[in-house]
Amino acid sequence: MLTDARAIALKDLRVEAASRVLTAQVLPFGMLVLILFGFGIPPDRRVLAAEGDVSRSVLEQVAPGLFWLAVLFSALLAVNRSFAVESVDGNLDALKLVGFDPAGIFLGKAAAIAVQLVALEIVVGIGAFLVYGPPLGDVILLVATVAATTLAVAFAGIVYGALGAGQRLRDTLVPLLLLPVLAPVLLAATRATESALFGPSSSGWPWVGFLGAFSLLYLGAGIVSFGSLLEEA
Amino acid sequence: MKTEVVGTGSRGTRIVGSIALVLTALLLLFGLVLSPPEISQGDAVRLFYIHVPSAVVSLYIAFGVTLVGSVIYLKNGSVFWDLIAGAAAEVGVLFLGFALITGMLWGRPTWGTYWTWDPRITSTAISFVLFLGYLAVRRLDLDPVARSRRAAVLGIISFFNVIIVRFSVQIWRSLHQGTTLNPADTQMDNSMLFSFFLGMLAMVATFAWLLMHRFRLAWIEHQLEEDRLATAIAARRGEASTFNPGTI
Amino acid sequence: MSTGPVVSLRGAVSLLGRFPALAGADLDVQPGEVVLLQGPNGAGKSTLLRLCAGLAPLSDGSATVLDLDLASRSDRRRVRTRVGLLGHATSLYDELTVQANVEFWTRGLVDSDDLDAVMDRLGVGGRLRDVRVGALSAGQRRRTSLSVLVARRPQLWLLDEPHAGLDAAGRDLIDDLVRQAADQGATAIVASHESDRVEGLATRVVNVVGGQVFDAD
Repeated sequence: MLTDARAIALKDLRVEAASRVLTAQVLPFGMLVLILFGFGIPPDRRVLAAEGDVSRSVLEQVAPGLFWLAVLFSALLAVNRSFAVESVDGNLDALKLVGFDPAGIFLGKAAAIAVQLVALEIVVGIGAFLVYGPPLGDVILLVATVAATTLAVAFAGIVYGALGAGQRLRDTLVPLLLLPVLAPVLLAATRATESALFGPSSSGWPWVGFLGAFSLLYLGAGIVSFGSLLEEA
Repeated sequence: MKTEVVGTGSRGTRIVGSIALVLTALLLLFGLVLSPPEISQGDAVRLFYIHVPSAVVSLYIAFGVTLVGSVIYLKNGSVFWDLIAGAAAEVGVLFLGFALITGMLWGRPTWGTYWTWDPRITSTAISFVLFLGYLAVRRLDLDPVARSRRAAVLGIISFFNVIIVRFSVQIWRSLHQGTTLNPADTQMDNSMLFSFFLGMLAMVATFAWLLMHRFRLAWIEHQLEEDRLATAIAARRGEASTFNPGTI
Repeated sequence: MSTGPVVSLRGAVSLLGRFPALAGADLDVQPGEVVLLQGPNGAGKSTLLRLCAGLAPLSDGSATVLDLDLASRSDRRRVRTRVGLLGHATSLYDELTVQANVEFWTRGLVDSDDLDAVMDRLGVGGRLRDVRVGALSAGQRRRTSLSVLVARRPQLWLLDEPHAGLDAAGRDLIDDLVRQAADQGATAIVASHESDRVEGLATRVVNVVGGQVFDAD
């Protein structure tokens, strides 16, 4: 299973590296979303922060949520892409024919998505700091949040990507299925990131725990269900 | 092989339907006439007798049936349970939509707004979309077995998603304790509690009645499909009789 | 290894959605046979091959391939890894090189010298190795795909219009490969409209019409 996962992950990453869809399309899309939020939310308005007498710009206050929204939208593109490369030339059938373990396919695809998401989060994250200008509080909590959220999005994303695999409506179906599922992840990631940036850290860690539990749940669901999802597709 | 043309009614549906009707009549009597308005909400409290039961029936009973049906289908491939799972989800979505609308109608006079970030309303809205997605997968243009299997996997995961969504939203809102009136604080006297209880029973009976009809409709469709298949196979085999090997 | 038939279909029905692509097919293929499937477009040839590969669903009837029951999910999985299917799709990643594609699809199960030899023989060795598949011609893609099949040494070859899109040398090469595999004990089912060409190769010809199989007279 792990050998298969490794082969699939390396293959997916090589395909992405060669096609440059991530760097040429998904990343710019993520950055664009960050900028567009600035048009939707008045950048000059200031609010009183929850913890007392500090005042911040609205954008700075909602920066964590905007960042994770931008990541989620970009992740949708990456998930769709992950299954698009398999359906152009009948590769999904071929994966079955050469005997890849379904759980291995799941883990490999999730790993490749996770690596791409981390790259995306680093770039979009730096962009968000530059554009919205929030303080950098607890770095450890921030890193833990990013790691846990990445796994949660990758595992759930691949399970739902497979649900739409090999059929025409995939592009619209996957967002409809995946976004409500990721709503709790967005919520948890945003709260944890708020704690990491503005403090206090103590209120962020339970959310990281929640994200970890969510990841484990979808890790299990993917390993168990991938055979059924891909079987007669 | 010829399918008898039948309706979706049966002795069972007529009995359950009658019970639902009687319970609903009693609910109207108690909920609208015999019980008093609530102290702080006034007459709006009467919406509760249908709002809460429809949400509970949908989220826990209907989607629970979908969960059970999906698990059994994945285990033994029984078409019966696949159709039960689909029918329950469809009726469940209907009830959840009803719960959302009545919830918003209740919120307007009580909170002064149709929408508020109350944990129940928020998570109910997300659950509603979750199961709309499940119904969308059931309609995918795929091989029927592949579609049923995907739907079954989704039916199981979606049940847990409902719990996860509820859980996360609840923690979130409990951290920001607002000044809104909490529905759980409603002061109820005995006639109000009884109305609420009647609402539960009426909703469960109505759900069972609709589920039976929806399932029987799906079952008839399934049988028609089998008949059509037999015809299609016969037609396909017939292609051979007109075939002339010299033309290849 | 049993000496029973490699493929045995009894009233096999395969549904594509609601359409019975196979409507009660009966076919026995013995070890070492090279069977040619003839028939008009839409007769069910491709579905027959996909059924034997464990990809198309067995909706009714019975079917065994290499003594494995296609009605069983775990058997079907085993069948898939033991047959080689060359279908209409070439199943390659455009973004990867020929070499990377072949290595990925053979999953490191093939000795690299063997793999090199096969790729050279199919004309995708040498400088083509490092070319991205997306830049190949249709014939070269097919050759790449075929080299994966050959290198995996399947017990049952399932070829769907293998000559399509190949040049004269390529067509001859396919025939040689099939002949050689049959000599080494493999079995082959070939769907082709080029009956003149394949008839020399085939040990038996059957007609596929209306989702059924008939002996050619």
